[in-house]
Amino acid sequence: MQPHAEMVHWFFAAGILFVGACLLCEAIVGREVWQMRPWRKYLWPGTAFLMGVLLWPVMAFFTNSAIHMYAHGSWAEFLMLAGGAELGLVHGRLTSRWWRLTWPLAFVVTGTAFIVHEQNPWYFARSAFLHHLIGWTFLIAALIPLALVWRPRSAALQACFALVIVVVSVQLFADRDVAPVFGHLSPLAGTPHR
Amino acid sequence: MSNTYATHASAERTRFSRPQLVSLLGPLISTGGIVWAVLQPYRVTLLHPFGQGFWWLVAEPPLLVVLVGVLFTFLVARPLLRDLEEHRAASR
Repeated sequence: MQPHAEMVHWFFAAGILFVGACLLCEAIVGREVWQMRPWRKYLWPGTAFLMGVLLWPVMAFFTNSAIHMYAHGSWAEFLMLAGGAELGLVHGRLTSRWWRLTWPLAFVVTGTAFIVHEQNPWYFARSAFLHHLIGWTFLIAALIPLALVWRPRSAALQACFALVIVVVSVQLFADRDVAPVFGHLSPLAGTPHR
Repeated sequence: MSNTYATHASAERTRFSRPQLVSLLGPLISTGGIVWAVLQPYRVTLLHPFGQGFWWLVAEPPLLVVLVGVLFTFLVARPLLRDLEEHRAASR
């Protein structure tokens, strides 16, 4: 009765796409307009926090090795930390800009976990390729939320941050459990099912 | 061109394009999902639902993309456009 791993990736991709669209909108209209309605300022930090919470059942039900458990558990923790810190910042409970460091931290932890828990090489199968690609995307893109700590009002940086989230969503939507990547599929990966 | 005029023209251009960008975002996402469904119809299991398990009927990536676009349009973009208009009117 459990969904395939690829389906879980697609559900998270949908949530991430929604967050990316919200972030892009905030970058376009500016924080002042975005926060005109009280509920809207909690929307994407709340969704990010919720996705962190939902990563716990993923950790519990999709753990086929210790490294998977550590990877999913660390994402859950750091996504909850970053989403929670953002919630505190928009609510006004947290005032120090250093709380925004939780985002680059979450990116680095996520990127490292993606790369470390994928033990197959890039061209083993599409899922292996995408795990490496997403990992490196997060690691390199961590510079953007890091720059936002010092330039939180920069529309260009906000738009870049949003676009990175959208790119990650597209990468997750492209994931398949067993499928070739650029014509490569290891015979050890299994039979592609669709 | 005087500096005052250039600043004014730039601000007008920005004000004009922001609502357009916001209103385009949701339909753009949904269109992406529809194009994907057309290019890979086998990803939409609702088109051939017999013999499919529960999760294959629920998790249909192109339709998820369309759903995100629709939700975003109605929940976020439309109220945001009203607020943007209000903000523009207040700042005039």
